[in-house]
Amino acid sequence: MNAISKSEDRRVAPAAAGQPVIVRAEGLTKQVSTPDHELVIVNGATFAIGAGDSVAIVGASGSGKSTLLGLLAGLDVPSSGRVWIDGEDLFALDEDGRARLRGRLVGFVFQSFQLLPALTALENVMLPLELAGLADAAARASLVLDQVGLADRRGHYPRQLSGGEQQRVAVARAFATEPKLLFADEPTGNLDSATGAQVIELLFRMNRDHGTTLVLVTHDEALAARCDRRIAISAGVVAA
Amino acid sequence: MNNFPIAMRMLRRNAHSGEARVLFAALLVAVASVTTVGFFADRVKGALDRQANELLGGDLVVIADHPVPAAFVERARAGGLAVASTTTFPSMVSGADGTSLSEIKAVSGTFPLRGRLRVAAMPAGPDREVEGSPAPGTVWVGGPLVSRIGAAVGQTIRVGNAPLTVAAIITREPDSVLDYFGLAPRLLMNDADLAATGLVQVGSRVTHRLLVAGDVQTVERFDADMRARLGRGERIEGVRDARSEVRVSLERAQRFLGLASLLSVILASVAVALAARRFSMRQTDGAAMMRCLGAAQADIFAINAWQFLALAAAGCAAGTLAGYGAQAVLSHWLSGFFNVALPAPGWRPAVQGAVIGLVLVLGFTIPPLLRLRNVPTLRALRSDVAVAEPSSLAAYALGLGSLAALIVWQAGDVKLGGLAVGGFALALGVAALAGYGLIRALSRLRAGATGPWRYGLANLRRRTGSSLVQVMALGVGIMAMLLLMVVRSDLILKWQESMPADMPNRFALNIQNDQLPAVKAYFAGLGLSTPDLYPMVRGRLVAIGDRPVSPADFEDQRARRLVEREFNLSWAADLRPDNQIVGGAWWKPGEADPQFSVEEGIAKTLSIRVGDTLAWDVGGTRVSARVTSLRKVEWDSFKANFFVIANPGVLEAYPASWITSFHLPSGREEVINRLVERFPNVSVIDLTAIMGQVKRISDQVSRAVEFVFLFAIAAGVVVLFAAITTTQDERVFEGAVMRTLGASRRQMMLTQLSEFLAIGLLSGVVAAAGAVGLAIVLSERVLGVPYEFDWVVPVAGLLAGGVGVAIAGLLGTRRAVNSPPLAAIRAVT
Repeated sequence: MNAISKSEDRRVAPAAAGQPVIVRAEGLTKQVSTPDHELVIVNGATFAIGAGDSVAIVGASGSGKSTLLGLLAGLDVPSSGRVWIDGEDLFALDEDGRARLRGRLVGFVFQSFQLLPALTALENVMLPLELAGLADAAARASLVLDQVGLADRRGHYPRQLSGGEQQRVAVARAFATEPKLLFADEPTGNLDSATGAQVIELLFRMNRDHGTTLVLVTHDEALAARCDRRIAISAGVVAA
Repeated sequence: MNNFPIAMRMLRRNAHSGEARVLFAALLVAVASVTTVGFFADRVKGALDRQANELLGGDLVVIADHPVPAAFVERARAGGLAVASTTTFPSMVSGADGTSLSEIKAVSGTFPLRGRLRVAAMPAGPDREVEGSPAPGTVWVGGPLVSRIGAAVGQTIRVGNAPLTVAAIITREPDSVLDYFGLAPRLLMNDADLAATGLVQVGSRVTHRLLVAGDVQTVERFDADMRARLGRGERIEGVRDARSEVRVSLERAQRFLGLASLLSVILASVAVALAARRFSMRQTDGAAMMRCLGAAQADIFAINAWQFLALAAAGCAAGTLAGYGAQAVLSHWLSGFFNVALPAPGWRPAVQGAVIGLVLVLGFTIPPLLRLRNVPTLRALRSDVAVAEPSSLAAYALGLGSLAALIVWQAGDVKLGGLAVGGFALALGVAALAGYGLIRALSRLRAGATGPWRYGLANLRRRTGSSLVQVMALGVGIMAMLLLMVVRSDLILKWQESMPADMPNRFALNIQNDQLPAVKAYFAGLGLSTPDLYPMVRGRLVAIGDRPVSPADFEDQRARRLVEREFNLSWAADLRPDNQIVGGAWWKPGEADPQFSVEEGIAKTLSIRVGDTLAWDVGGTRVSARVTSLRKVEWDSFKANFFVIANPGVLEAYPASWITSFHLPSGREEVINRLVERFPNVSVIDLTAIMGQVKRISDQVSRAVEFVFLFAIAAGVVVLFAAITTTQDERVFEGAVMRTLGASRRQMMLTQLSEFLAIGLLSGVVAAAGAVGLAIVLSERVLGVPYEFDWVVPVAGLLAGGVGVAIAGLLGTRRAVNSPPLAAIRAVT
């Protein structure tokens, strides 16, 4: 394993001075064992993201950007290092604690939409609301679906929707709980450019309207350029 | 290209996958179910074969309902054969503690010619093998007589008019393998004492046997010579046909248990098909890649087929071992039926198990394998290229056809087999329809449900096909168990309760003409109502119309036996209330014209119609009369009834004995003791004891069937796991998405639980409805008692289904709940 120096370890732009920090990573490392050697996927990443920012995590294929995103969201457990979301130490919590924290603070948009095929568009959007135990889930979900322009598709199942529509449902689902923080993993990766642009518009609009911090993984330079900041990752090492 | 090593290398990796485990488990359960029955039946048959001449007590037996003609004895002795004779009949015996019916066997000093008796000094005491039989003046008795009448060794008991001393307790008789069915305990005496008992009289039901033994050729010559000279009521049984009735009932039982065991095979086939399909799906990309690398279609097929065959071999071997173990349990439960030790089973059932395994593997894994053959090479580049799917019904035709053939083979004849195939198909079809309707209905409730429950129900609906297969397989398994429960506890009890309190519980038979007034007076003197006494004349059917009757004329075994033996004929002026005319008309008072009325069942068996003239041989005289009516008889009235009744004036001139049935209130058993003391030739049969015996037998048989149906439930569980396996990826994915969206472990478990609880409850509903439906048919059509709904049945069904499936489902989906979300999403997408 390549040792990295302390100075390399902290080559990340900090959140702007005076701005509250919503995500903080410190020495975040993920490594897996292969028969030959230890493979380091994310190597001691340390940075902070300010509330309301839009941040692009960019890097080549296999650079570890999706793994980093997963670690930031608590979807995966690091080999070492810590992450704070809204001041809470993510990995001091157990799996259930992390899930509750996500339910309260975090929304997620995946590259392949990841809608539950058994549920209608409305039910998919209702899912995080219901999991959080909110009583008026159906009404709120309808409202968000309206906002993404899918009011007339409420009763449709994912298989009855186009890719762009599915991703809009996913965006609606991510924003339904009005999270402080939205993670998006290659949100346009499976969409043609026109549809992708629509979804991106939607994401930024929701980010603006709800004041949500947006952290997205992309290798689309144009998309990265629209963000307030970029975090570049190369061979597991995070650079500003 | 040598595919075998590649296949084995791939199998090492695939063996840990869920579908390989399911395939293995399905084969294990199916093969175990069939081999359990096979091994058990093989052991019983082995016992019958090995001890055939012991069972006979000799190498050949001449059996007659009259003393065996001296010519047979002379011919046997002239040929140098050893001979022995036995005379068997039921009679009452009395001792210091009471009286009891006993199966008396009076034997010559040379009995038995083959095999040995075993005796002990007290019941359940240490026993030893003895040569020969009781000395004159002594008897050997079956254990139950010791407690019933006080017939301990050294005590004197009365057999008819003769006082005889008990010299030993019989623990094993060579010529009775199934003494379980004997109505009464055995008493063995020397035939020198027979005359002194005064028990063998006109009309007594006595069987005479002449046993011969010697070298094979001499016995065969004797057989050939004497078979040609058999008279009426005489027959020869050799080792070959020894205990043919036992064999026939055993084969019937084996057939039934075998068919019951096929239920698990059918259910297992569903699991095999599901697992094989999932296996094939997972191999799709690999197959496309191999084709890119130069593998021919045949190679792809062979590599995967080798893997299935290896798994099948392992499953069959494990199933056979499990079957071998399970048959020991079955033998133990049914040990009451046999008084001989069962030999070890042979290898045939293992072959049968292997055939079942092969049918399942070939019939239900080939279609998905063929699908792999057709994977387009382009798939290696683009994962969205579809693979041509064979039409499922046509693809599985081979498997379904083999299953049908298996059922027909197990049933032993095409008609029964066809019925069984139809029955299984109907049961599964109805279960499928009911399951489909219920799934649709339940998924409508989802709008009203909240949170995890809604998602569980949504999944139930989305996976309708998979849910349906699970509901059907588990429902049928549980239904089989519930039905047995209903029949065993409920229906039989209700049937017994439906009988009137004063229903006869004793038969007294063998009452002689001159004892009639005294017997009537005896009952009257005790304050009991005078029982109705019916005359009985023994006669053999010799002709129907102009056609002489011979056993060979009939295909039906029962018809043959009926014609071979003597009937009990009776006469009556009036039609009894428990008889009903269903054809022709009962005679009018004073009609002198000789007539017969025949019971409808026997008329059908022997093809007798109203208008036929029946001729009987009664004590050497021919008695003929026209059949003028057919009767339906309520046999379960437990009154003495007769197949053939004549009008007054036809049979009175012939030697007759009388029979009666009466109700003896409990606690008045001394009535029987005194009756038998006064009239030693009269035999009293205790019907409550027989009913108890019937209940014990039916209990044991239903336990055996229940045991076999346990495999069906196990197969249902394997189907459940197969379905879980096929949907594992989906579940893991959904779990990960829900986790990402903030679902707690509890919420995720509730989602899984709601789906499985629903599947379990639906199986329970299907099972309970099916069991209640069948119970209604059984109850009202077969037993003739109105069915009373019992809440225990649906509650047991719902509990078994709901709780069982929920637990199994949660166990099966642990991975979906426990996988870290990112890894799970990556693994699936």
